[in-house]
Amino acid sequence: MKKRKKRPFLFSKRIDESLNDIYNAYKFTTRFFKEVFKKPFYLNEIINQCYEIGLKSLGLISITGFIIGVVFVKQSRPSLQSFGAVSWLPSLMGIATVRALGPLVTGLISAGKIGSGIGAELGSMKVTEQIDAMEVSAINPFKYLVVTRVVAATISIFALAMFCNFVGLLGSYVNVNAHEGISVISYLQNAFSSIGLIDIVTNATKSITYGFTIGIVGCYKGFNASQGTRGVGSAANKAVVISIFLIFIEEFIIVQLVNWIRYL
Amino acid sequence: MKRFDKRNTINENESVISITGLYKSFDNLQVLNGIDLNLYKCENIAVLGKSGSGKSVLLKIIVGLLKADKGEVYVLGKHITELSTMELNALRLRIGFSFQSSALYDGMNVFQNLAFPLTMNVKNLSKIVVRDTVEEVLSAVDLSDKINQMPSDLSGGQRKRIGIARALITKPEIILYDEPTAGLDPITSIGIIDLINEVQQRYKTSSLIITHDLTCAKNTGDRIAMIDEGKFLKLGKFEEVFDSDNEHIKGFFNYNFIQ
Repeated sequence: MKKRKKRPFLFSKRIDESLNDIYNAYKFTTRFFKEVFKKPFYLNEIINQCYEIGLKSLGLISITGFIIGVVFVKQSRPSLQSFGAVSWLPSLMGIATVRALGPLVTGLISAGKIGSGIGAELGSMKVTEQIDAMEVSAINPFKYLVVTRVVAATISIFALAMFCNFVGLLGSYVNVNAHEGISVISYLQNAFSSIGLIDIVTNATKSITYGFTIGIVGCYKGFNASQGTRGVGSAANKAVVISIFLIFIEEFIIVQLVNWIRYL
Repeated sequence: MKRFDKRNTINENESVISITGLYKSFDNLQVLNGIDLNLYKCENIAVLGKSGSGKSVLLKIIVGLLKADKGEVYVLGKHITELSTMELNALRLRIGFSFQSSALYDGMNVFQNLAFPLTMNVKNLSKIVVRDTVEEVLSAVDLSDKINQMPSDLSGGQRKRIGIARALITKPEIILYDEPTAGLDPITSIGIIDLINEVQQRYKTSSLIITHDLTCAKNTGDRIAMIDEGKFLKLGKFEEVFDSDNEHIKGFFNYNFIQ
């Protein structure tokens, strides 16, 4: 093989590669939206992925959500006690869980568990030529592997976030009940008294956005993995890091937008 | 089985793969540098060359996984770069591809691996037809007893055989073999070589066999193409290539490797 003359870089090798990566990620996402509404829809594979992604993460989300509910109440009680405002604990937990903790905790845990799983699975399929094998068998691997996983991740993480809200409130109730002896009905009335429709819509928007982000980043990194087993590890690692980074940026943007709407 | 059999659509002596002036480069690396090739019906051509000489890239261009920079590739009379996605997929069903790494789907057992291309491409195919087709190709590669095993439970040679069985599942007219004997011990390699010849006789396929194994090239290829630095140095019968005066070919051929 003959080597040709090297092309000069536009900026530097690293910057050029990063810009190229962003452009490719944009094209990948655009392709997803083009393919998602086209037949065939592979519903069986979406259901299978919902089971793999969603149901298998339920235990982890339950434990984490419950503990966060308990710990958040424990940490907040002394401050509220100093103002004589312990009765505000249910309201505080309702706002904190629905507005921020539920979707954010689910998003971060899912980025670690689901994002890395998708990145590693597709990465290993890529480096062992399984994706090429699919393509030469006249099967669209993007449609079969990427679209199904992104749709399943979006649906599953939305459902997991809803469940995390519930478990987080349950955890906080257990602690509040143990210390303040408040009934569940009274607790829920207080918790939901400060929550409006906009908070529930925001919660849903966040969890859907995080689910889509985790799915698309995991698939993008896995689908474009190279350099053998090292590339698989790198794909899984980058899928987690980039997903978490994007989740925080999305959290910031959504909160800003919602606050702007709230005070209109 | 007949519904996948499109074998009678081309004439005898017609080239099933016709390549003219094929060039391909990656960034700064010129991989293919003017390849010309005609593969005729029921013929096996073994493309022989050292690692990194562009052999696998040639196969990937033929099957549409990579796009050539320049040149024309006709497969079964279709210009590969001018096909729509649907047309390309229809053509791919007429080509079998056996990967170097076998590329079996990890999450599926042998039956599912073989049935996958069928069930995904042919609508309303009855379970009985799928089962029969899978059992037929498994019997052709002599691994009927492995139908429920996972790829991780198979040996390297068995994985290669299942990879060949998957390539056969849609009854292709052309089979492309990418390093069919790479990584196998000599005895298993001979088994794979026999299998390639059996497949050609049984299914009347045309094959392009990419290899760096002289034994494989000699025993499977009706003609041998010697590739080096992205160019065919010689294309002809094994003896013609073997007797060539070209320094690169002389350097590559070593009597010790020929059984």
